[in-house]
Amino acid sequence: MSTAAVVESPAGSRVHYLNASYGIKSWLFTTDHKRIALLYLGSITFMFFIGGAAATLIRLHLIEPTGALVQPETYNKLFTVHGVVMIFFFLIPSIPAVLGNFLVPLMVGARDLAFPRINLLSWYLYTIAALLALYAVVSGGVDTGWTFYTPYSSTYAHTQVIATALAAFIAGFSSILTGLNFIVTIHKMRAPGLTWFRLPLFIWAMYATSIIQILGTPVLAITIVLLAAERLLHVGIFDPKIGGDPILFQHLFWFYSHPAVYIMILPGMGVVSELIACFARKRIFGYSMIAFSSLAIAVLGFLVWGHHMFVTGQSVYAGLIFSVLSFMVAIPSAIKVFNWTATLYKGSISYEAPMLYALGFIGLFTMGGLTGLFLASLATDVHLTGTYFIVAHFHYIMVGGAVMAYLGGIHFWWPKITGRLYPDGSARFAALIIFVGFNLTFFPQFVLGYLGMPRRYAVYPAEFQVLNVMSSAGASILGIGYLIPLIYLIWSIRYGPVAGPNPWGAKGLEWETPSPPPTENFEEIPIVTEEAYAYAEPEDVHG
Amino acid sequence: MNWAYLISAMVADPWLGFPLKPIDASTTASSVDHLYYFLTALTLFFTFSIFTTIFYFMVKYRRRSPDERPKAIEASSALEVIWTVIPALLCAFAFIWSSSLYFRNSRPPNAAMEVFVVGKQWMWHLQHPEGAREINELHVPVGVPVKLTMTSEDVIHDFSIPVFRIKHDVVPGRYSSIWFQATKTGTYHFFCAQYCGAEHSGMIGWVYVMSPTDYANWLSGGTKGESMAQSGERLFTQLGCITCHVADGTGRGPVLQGLYGHPVKLRSGETRVVDEAYVRQAIVNPNSMPLPNYPPIMPTFQGQVNEEQVLQLISYVKSLATVEKGTAK
Repeated sequence: MSTAAVVESPAGSRVHYLNASYGIKSWLFTTDHKRIALLYLGSITFMFFIGGAAATLIRLHLIEPTGALVQPETYNKLFTVHGVVMIFFFLIPSIPAVLGNFLVPLMVGARDLAFPRINLLSWYLYTIAALLALYAVVSGGVDTGWTFYTPYSSTYAHTQVIATALAAFIAGFSSILTGLNFIVTIHKMRAPGLTWFRLPLFIWAMYATSIIQILGTPVLAITIVLLAAERLLHVGIFDPKIGGDPILFQHLFWFYSHPAVYIMILPGMGVVSELIACFARKRIFGYSMIAFSSLAIAVLGFLVWGHHMFVTGQSVYAGLIFSVLSFMVAIPSAIKVFNWTATLYKGSISYEAPMLYALGFIGLFTMGGLTGLFLASLATDVHLTGTYFIVAHFHYIMVGGAVMAYLGGIHFWWPKITGRLYPDGSARFAALIIFVGFNLTFFPQFVLGYLGMPRRYAVYPAEFQVLNVMSSAGASILGIGYLIPLIYLIWSIRYGPVAGPNPWGAKGLEWETPSPPPTENFEEIPIVTEEAYAYAEPEDVHG
Repeated sequence: MNWAYLISAMVADPWLGFPLKPIDASTTASSVDHLYYFLTALTLFFTFSIFTTIFYFMVKYRRRSPDERPKAIEASSALEVIWTVIPALLCAFAFIWSSSLYFRNSRPPNAAMEVFVVGKQWMWHLQHPEGAREINELHVPVGVPVKLTMTSEDVIHDFSIPVFRIKHDVVPGRYSSIWFQATKTGTYHFFCAQYCGAEHSGMIGWVYVMSPTDYANWLSGGTKGESMAQSGERLFTQLGCITCHVADGTGRGPVLQGLYGHPVKLRSGETRVVDEAYVRQAIVNPNSMPLPNYPPIMPTFQGQVNEEQVLQLISYVKSLATVEKGTAK
């Protein structure tokens, strides 16, 4: 790690991207991908706690079968806000827009993304969309669920459907622009010697994600335009009373929203690959299998939307096709899990906080993935769809998977981003609390679902209460778990020990430049002479 | 199967304070449960294996000194093949099992007794062909296949009966159907399982599975002397349908006697069999399906009849299926 560029000096005296200029303008008009990443970090953290507040109220309400807190109308708005905010304004941008923005240029040895101004534009679009969504919440809320199913959303709902849908529409463009930027950057701006198969797996994951973002998101935009046309202009598209087809909406919606699941989880898989390799000091086992399985998941992800619609009345044969394709997604996912586990074999494993998150990810993603088999299976899906089993399954993927990976990534690259270390003990403690709280919250929901409790119920039969109380108890632990990192990470910015360029002894170009990196990332563009994850060789020098 | 029975007994018993599975009260339920046990076993096996392996490696290969540099291990294509093929085979097995089960259950037996279900915000209206009507309750006999023909008055709902392990969306503008054969008398919940607005969670009701005698008693007590087809006939007169659809063929509209279940050629050249969906469309949107020999003069009845009345009219048209053309009653 002795790149010529790295000259360690007391923190603050060296010029880096954080102290290169000051003032609000220097942030709002920045084109530096690292500063834009931080703008995103602030925005999505804020949105995460909005969505989390809604989740807290939901779990509090469900302690009593008759509803402990609010009227059903309000409850319906709460779960809608939770879904819309967490999906469109936290999970989808989380890893790509924060970690991806910060790391893609650093990892490929570039000075910035291909289109820095478009990158800034994408943050403005996100911010406008987020403000619009928050406006929809405070001006009456919206009660359609994040799925906006028609004709309820287009004809019957009396809430802020248009403002919310428009917010998702605008956020979609932000997502497309980020994807576009990454694809061009990864193709055109790799450092000399950085061939495709020397790329970190995080970059492969970002690449696969970006493809889905630019191909899938326009379909969401089209769907929202059609929804608005019916709601505002009464053009009969989805409501059968005016000549429409309500199921058409679901086809269009899931054609985007199923691949969107992979927009949320593929980046997490990329992060975990980096973390496992670093803390086991091993090259990732089956590098190319993991890289290609990301692409396989991206492609298959576009072909399985119909598994959300097994009970809508689609033909038995369509059901069979969607079922077999959904089972096929399990295979590349299993390959990844086996390869990560095999990476640990004969490694040198240490357990700093990021590694705990990564291992938690593998376990929870495994459970989330395996419970997906119940839903790919036609006969069991009929019983389970629309119940809490679905809720549990996708939270294992989205929270157990994507959020764990995001937190793992934040903890791993925090020293690079801020130049400071956080207290590792608190971080490990938080990771443990989150793991326990998460399982206590969502595991009971699998049982609730098999017992038949439908999702989105503001009141429920008393026989489901025990499991709901368990889930709410877990949620309070989980909530505390999420607040702890917020505290010590903010603390560390000022008081944390100086991290140095590479506190983990990690491989990868981002660790070969000082922390925080200079505005131009590298004094000299590095020349890459080895594979990613060359942990076995003695320390060597690039460039 | 004994093992399946043992597992069923164990997970159905609320020794934890809650059962792990709902009662199985239909011919389909226990076969769905068996698949569920298999998938659960698969999930537990792989979760346990992965967790144990990770823990084992975590302890065995923990870092012992800060300068440890473990040797790189070459990827093994044999291993990659093995752990691609094994999940693929297990998935294929689960797919075949679940699909054959689903396929077998997808078509109701011909002898099924029929009940009509209309969902509307936020209640369920149910009608028996004999005329009995219920709200948020469904009375059925045990041991008899029952087919539910369902539609919605407004938004998408979903009729879900967990103890029968069946569920289907109830979609406005179309008919969907599910069927079950109850195996245990008792009273069970049914739910709306598709979010439908403010009182979605209030859209629940009870299935009463009764012995055949109890059911017969209930049915005769609950009828006000008019079957669905008779109600339909009354509507047919009230709405003036009868002025054009004259049985002897002298009216301005086609003869409905002997029509149901037969193919009809539309002006577009398309041939369609007269079924529930066909009759419904002919009532609410006749201009979408003009017939070759009749002028397109029939007005739409959308908004004048609700979905329950449409079902009554359909029952009436259905009852005419066996009446000879020209023999008006």
